[in-house]
Amino acid sequence: MNINNPASFDEAMSHFDTRVMLENAEEQARARHYEDFLIVDVDSHHYEAEAMNEIIDRIEDPVLRENSRFAKGLNLSSGGQGPFGNQEMTGRITRYPGRKHEKVPPTPHRDITLTHRWMDALGIDIACLFPTPMLGLALHPQLHVEVQLAHAYNKWLCETILAEDSRIKSMLYLPLTDPEAALRCIEEFGERPGVIGFMVTSTRYRSICENVHMKVYAALEERGLPLSFHSGYSWQDPLLSASTKFITAHALGFPIYNMMLMGNWVMDGIPERFPKLKTIWIESGLAWVPFLMQRFDNEYMMRSSEVPALKRLPSDYMREMFYASQPMEMVNNAEALELTFKMINAESQLLYSSDYPHWDMDLPSTIFDLPFLDMQAKRAILGENARKLFNLDPQLSAAKLAKKVSYTQR
Amino acid sequence: MRVFVCDIDDIEEGGVHILKFENIKIGVYRHRGAFYAYKNLCAHQGGPACEGRLMKKVVERLNADKTYIGEDFDAADPHIVCSWHGWEYRLLTGENAVNPNIRLKRYEVTQQDNKLYVEV
Repeated sequence: MNINNPASFDEAMSHFDTRVMLENAEEQARARHYEDFLIVDVDSHHYEAEAMNEIIDRIEDPVLRENSRFAKGLNLSSGGQGPFGNQEMTGRITRYPGRKHEKVPPTPHRDITLTHRWMDALGIDIACLFPTPMLGLALHPQLHVEVQLAHAYNKWLCETILAEDSRIKSMLYLPLTDPEAALRCIEEFGERPGVIGFMVTSTRYRSICENVHMKVYAALEERGLPLSFHSGYSWQDPLLSASTKFITAHALGFPIYNMMLMGNWVMDGIPERFPKLKTIWIESGLAWVPFLMQRFDNEYMMRSSEVPALKRLPSDYMREMFYASQPMEMVNNAEALELTFKMINAESQLLYSSDYPHWDMDLPSTIFDLPFLDMQAKRAILGENARKLFNLDPQLSAAKLAKKVSYTQR
Repeated sequence: MRVFVCDIDDIEEGGVHILKFENIKIGVYRHRGAFYAYKNLCAHQGGPACEGRLMKKVVERLNADKTYIGEDFDAADPHIVCSWHGWEYRLLTGENAVNPNIRLKRYEVTQQDNKLYVEV
């Protein structure tokens, strides 16, 4: 069948298999001997909408639960999100249309099987899994819906995925718009198997540094649970709606929301109030960090009295935070990338992330092949930094252990 | 080394045949009666470029006064699209659609007795 013939495209997709699509990734893993060291992916995704009925079953509010069943989950999508844009690029990224056809055995859960398939192909031992559409949930006009769905999703993820598979972890959705609910969320799920922290969706319009939020950060710090900020985009954002192309809304949206949150986080002195609370900034690439360091430091030297909470330069706080690598800006300026690595203390603060299965995913080779890193730095960024941060068991995957045996026997 | 690909009729117009020879995968395309062969390896992150879709180049249409009309396809310039990230290459040359200095590795295609071969 011909994938290029529109008449047979759907038929071609009906045979889609992640393992076939990622054969070249498996070859990369083999050539680079990923079986010799731990690789942790701190930002990967599933499509929770595919399990929406299971999630809806766990919504506590009986009326919202029934409404959601009737509307097939549509009333749970963020009203403010607007058009998602063209993520699959008109069929160019075949895993988007192909994924729903992929055949899996009855057990374990479909999400576990699909996740294992791409993890093993890429050479990843442990992956932190995040939702996809729910990244826009903080824009939902009804706070109650955000809280209810966040709880149902977290409960479903803990019971169905995390409890069943030790390779898959998550930083759970923190409904920070309602600090009381966020606190309950930490108390209920913070010690569940596979929960390695909590995640705030960055696409939001309210401050997260008000007095009402402090008990949430205190609870996280007390438990030693990192807090991550996972960015996104909304083409209906008042600023981004001026983007005439999706590429602009997407390329700008991800760093803009994290820049805004980072500004408040640093200038309100939250790192001074909670010095042991580890923060991770996810899916905004890296180029925004040196930019913001320079902007903030420059203005801080002139306006330090406005931000008396700070005891050091803004960039000093930022250098102590953690950054997920994807989507790493690596097209045509290696010199800029190397300087970026130096400015963020990449060898201890950078965490490899794939963002798989999204269209701008990065393979481990994006780190492994960098000419300015030695092997120790590569292994730190690809796995060791995350292992230390999340106190992970450095267990190589069964697939990797099998490869080690087979290579030894040759 | 000459390697057999398939019978000519096995590749329909606009189609591709993926050949595996030892550790190399090669995509052999048929376009307007001619055949093109490229290594199934994207220069970006090593994706299987030839297993993606072949899509016509997208062009912008402007009026004489530079105002925007819309977009169209250029059927004479099909692009090989890597399915991992969407990097595009010109089928006719193997050049990256954005930067011609980046290209897919090309193989010569020969025909004999209604059969296709590539020089590897």
